[in-house]
Order: sequence, then structure tokens, then C-alpha cells
Amino acid sequence: MPVVFKRPDSLLDVPMHYCPGCSHGIVHRLVCEVIDEMGIEGDTIGVCPVGCAVMSYDYFGCDMIEAPHGRAPAVATGVKRTNPDKFVFTYQGDGDLAAIGTAETVHVGARGENIVIIFINNTIYGMTGGQMAPTTIPGQVTQTTPFGRDPELAGYPVRVCELISTLTGTALAQRVAVDTVKHIKEAKEAIRKAFENQKEKRGLSIVEVLSTCPTNWGLSPVDAIKRLQKEMIPYYPLGVYKDVTTKEGEK
Amino acid sequence: MVKTTVESERCKGCGLCTAVCPKKIIEIQKENRNKKGYFYAVCTQPLSCIGCAICAVMCPDCAITVEK
Amino acid sequence: MERSLMKGNEALAEAAIRAGCKCFFGYPITPQTELSAYMAKRMHKAGGVFLQAESEIAAINMVLGAASTGVRAMTSSSSPGVSLKSEGISYLAGSDVPALIINVQRGGPGLGGIQPSQADYWQATRAMGHGDFHVLVFAPCSVQEMVDMVVKAFDTADKYRIPAMILADGLLGQMMEPVSFPEINPDSVDKSSWAACGHGNKREHHVINSLYLQANELEDKVNERFKRYEIIKENETDAELYLTDDCDILVCAYGASARIVKSAVNSAREAGIKAGMFRPKTLWPFPVKELNKACKNASELLCVEMSKGQMIDDVKLAINCSKPVSFFGRTGGVIPTPVEVLEQIKKIGGKI
Repeated sequence: MPVVFKRPDSLLDVPMHYCPGCSHGIVHRLVCEVIDEMGIEGDTIGVCPVGCAVMSYDYFGCDMIEAPHGRAPAVATGVKRTNPDKFVFTYQGDGDLAAIGTAETVHVGARGENIVIIFINNTIYGMTGGQMAPTTIPGQVTQTTPFGRDPELAGYPVRVCELISTLTGTALAQRVAVDTVKHIKEAKEAIRKAFENQKEKRGLSIVEVLSTCPTNWGLSPVDAIKRLQKEMIPYYPLGVYKDVTTKEGEK
Repeated sequence: MVKTTVESERCKGCGLCTAVCPKKIIEIQKENRNKKGYFYAVCTQPLSCIGCAICAVMCPDCAITVEK
Repeated sequence: MERSLMKGNEALAEAAIRAGCKCFFGYPITPQTELSAYMAKRMHKAGGVFLQAESEIAAINMVLGAASTGVRAMTSSSSPGVSLKSEGISYLAGSDVPALIINVQRGGPGLGGIQPSQADYWQATRAMGHGDFHVLVFAPCSVQEMVDMVVKAFDTADKYRIPAMILADGLLGQMMEPVSFPEINPDSVDKSSWAACGHGNKREHHVINSLYLQANELEDKVNERFKRYEIIKENETDAELYLTDDCDILVCAYGASARIVKSAVNSAREAGIKAGMFRPKTLWPFPVKELNKACKNASELLCVEMSKGQMIDDVKLAINCSKPVSFFGRTGGVIPTPVEVLEQIKKIGGKI
């Protein structure tokens, strides 16, 4: 019988450590589907972050490097500059990318570093047990904002795609979500576009994926999806913030 | 003929598949747990499955294979 | 062999390129900036990569990325910048990735000053980042030795899969001396068994990683590394022994301080005092055997450093405190003079 759906080959056949309902697994799969479709597993080097996805080196079948917290874009720069014919991607969470690694993130955009960043925005630090992230929404309760994030005290969230889209070296800045089948399909198309950009040497491509963290949000996986739709998408609108391959993106 | 298989040891019983199934034929059964201790998903009416693979697309653990 | 007049910082850079270094990631800081500037001019002609990073932290992590794919990679900085790099150096060590870090030391702590100093000895030999690990530390005392040690450092780092550091100082970095570049044949170490450069669908995927969540697994990993350190201690120490066979007073100094000490030792000999000099060329591993040989007949040791006294700890440990060890040093960027050192030698000589 022909297979309609199965695990992509470049996603290693091992159980993942993520909590039930966590979006990481979906995004891992999408990245691997793109890698498989482009036939580039053997030429790809991934860089994983510090955070829940730290152990993604056990799941991605390509060669992997585990970076210090926030430094994945710098590590990826070192890889890409010395191996320009290889595909290089980083996989980072919001704390890693938009707090401790802000400088590294901004400067790969400024340099137009020819890499792909897969950015998981779930508005919380997952691995350490649910503290405020740079993307935590005002009012959101976390371990370190027990009364809800108060902008007077804790400031405002960072909107990463909007920020990175202002940089000349950015080829693609797109925000997607993995809450519905339709959105998952769009997310995969964005990831594909990001890797194609790298192939065509267009510069930095960042795909921000709005994701869930049921455990640290204190919600069931299904309710977590509902929160993503009700609270996150209005605050972090989905869409293409920059795309140098379209007329609009060249503005 | 459609065959939807849930790999029970991979399933964490998160229920995202049951929420999206258009035929409402995947459920987290409450009788058997896998080695990790999760109640896992099963396709209750294989003959009614249309092979849309929406369940598999939503599954964070790549636990579902769909053949048609 | 052709000789040319070169600044220490530039000689370090040229030697690295000749040693097969394929990329340099840096960030400006006095007094090592000429090294970056030289690399910016030369590296692309040599077919390599030069990149000015957004920070010292980014620079060392670019080194981590490049070196993880198996190429010879380096960065350079001066004291405050090296502190920033310590995170990345710890990851290099924890992932068994060889690379070269150059520290052209200046005075500290904090922003300190921009004059030469040797106050990062402890950092280099004991605390180059968090966790149980060492890096190889080479201490040149001339521009020629800077050249020779860059080659040695890359080779040794590759051989043992360990980061290496050249611990120079502002005096050596800024100094011009005649230098010749020997025909360098970079050791070609096969890194294909671990490098993460794309598996080409021909092997299992490689993972460069320092995370081990199981305590036993991490302990095993660290123990394996320390076994390697024992082999390094056995085979890779190096020191210069100067007039030590019959010396009563053994003066210990490394790097630029050793040049001053040598003059003072010569003057002491002229004055009839049997002084000698012990100069470690490797600070880690510290040349314990060599020091014990050098001080066999000495009744007292004197340590001279451009700091408040850091290497003196290793000197005392190496001889198990079996002989008195006194100290003379200037700090904050002040360079001790041969006359000052001679006075100290005479003071000790008077007691003997």
C-alpha cells in the first residue's frame, strides 16, 4: 500500500523527550521533511540551542553541533563561512534567540549570513520550568511573573520577525504557527523557502514558529492550541515580514 | 482501503489527533498504557478512516503512519 | 632563511596562516589589534576567512562552529576580551574541539589598563572557563618564539583534541624583532572520525556536544579527558634552563619577564653571584621535571612576574615547597627593570 504519511528519513527513529503535545516534534518533522525533499541531509549541519531543543542533536539525522546558550547564530556563522557549500541551520527557542542571544541574532541578519534560523516562540522558558521569556505576553503568568507580566516592571515582549525584517541582510522573515493543518502546511512552505534562499545565497532566512508549551502553560495540549490561537496570534500576527524574492519584500 | 497505524510506544496520549480527526474515529483509549505509562491513541473504526492523514500531521511524535 | 622585521602581533598572524589556519574571528582590543588588521589583509589571499565579529563572545563561538567542522580556526584578544571568551573556551574543551586562542595580556582587573601585564596566568592555567578542564598554554618570550609556538600550539591541539592558548603580553605583541618563518608543514591530523562537516550519506551523523545529563556519563567523559591530560603532562612540557647547572639562586620567569630576568642573571654572574634562570615555555602543562632539574643545586628560588604573583603557586607546587621561594613583581602594566631584579637577586645572595 502506498504510504500517505510517514516519518521523514532525516528525522531519526528514536522517541523524543518532549512533553505530550509540545510543538517541537511537529517543527522538527517539518524541517526534516524539507531536508528530505531537497535531498540535502548529507550536506546539512544543524546547530542546536540551549533550552528544550538542546537534545535535538539526537533527533536530526544530519551532523549537529550543540552551541552555548544564545550563540547558535555565531556557531552557524563559523560553520557556514568555512563550509559555504553546505546547508546550515539553527534551531532556537525564544529565550535563546531573543534574550541571551539577541546580539548574535541581530548580527547574522546585519551580515546577511547565508543561514536558516528556525525560531520557536512559545512565550516561555520551557527547560528551566516556565519562567518569563522575552516573548511572554503582558499579563501572562509564569514562574517569574507570578502576577502576570507587568510591562511597568518587566518591560514589553520582543517581536522578532518585525525586528529582523528591518535588517538589509535579511532575505526572509516570516511568522507561522503549528496550530492547524493549514498553518502547518504554511509553516513547511516557509521553511522550504528559507532553505531555498540559502541555496540561492540570498542571506538570512528566519522562520518564527508560534508554538505551544502545554506543560508550562498549565494547559492540556488541546487547550494550549486554543491559547495559541486566542492570545498569541493576535499579539504576534502571522505573515511575511520580509521576502526579497517578492516585489513587496523589496520595499 | 486505508490503514492508519498508531505506534503505541511513541504515542504520549496528547490527544491532538483526536481533536482534529474529521471522522472522530481516533481516541485515547483508557485501558492500556504503553511502557512510558501513557494511554495511547487508537483508530477505533479503521473501516471509516478516509486516509486524510490530518491526525498524522498534527502528531508531535511522528507516531502515526497512514497508508492508502 | 629569509629574515624580516615584524611586530609580535603580526608575526603571530602570519605564522597562523602558514600553519594552515583557515579562519580568524576577532574583535578589536588593545594591545592585540594589529593581529586582526593583519589577518584582514592577508587571510583572504591565503584562501581563508577573516571576519570581525560583533563581540568577543560571538568570535569564540564562530571559532567553535568552524573548528567543529574540522578546520584550523583561531581568535585573538586581550585580557578583558579573553574573559568574555571563557564561556566558549569551556564549550570547546567540553566538546573536545581543538582551536587556538591568543591572549596578548594587558593590566587588570576590570578594564584595567592597556600596558603589558602577566596577570592572567591564573585564568589561563586554572580558570579558563567553568568546569573540570585544561587548555594547553604556551608562553613565548620573543617574536621568533611566537611564530614557532603558534605552529606547535595548532599541532598539539589537533593531536589531543584540546584548545590551545598562546599567553603573550602587550610588550611582545607590540615589539618588533627580526623573525624567520621556517618551512611549515602543518601536521595533517585526520579529523574525519569526529568532525561535523556533513555526513554525505556515507556515515552516521556526528554530534559535537558537551551536554551529558547522566552524572556517571559526564564523569566518564571528564575522566577520559583527564587521562589524556596525563599523557600531555608526560610528553608536552617545555622549558628553557639558563645557567642552571651550578646556580645558587634560580630565578623563575616566563614570557617578557624572562627577557628582563636573563639580563639580571647575566649581571649577577658578573658580580660573582651564581644565578640561573628557569623559563617555562609551557605553562600548562607546567614543566615540573624541568624545574626540579634546574633547581637541584639552588638554595633559593625567586619568581619574577608582571603581576602580584601567580606563577609562583605552580613553582611552589612543582618543588613541593622544598625550598624557599620569594617573589618580585610589578603590576598594572609596569614592567620590572633588570636593575630591580638584580637587586632582588643580590638581596637573596647576601643571605646565602
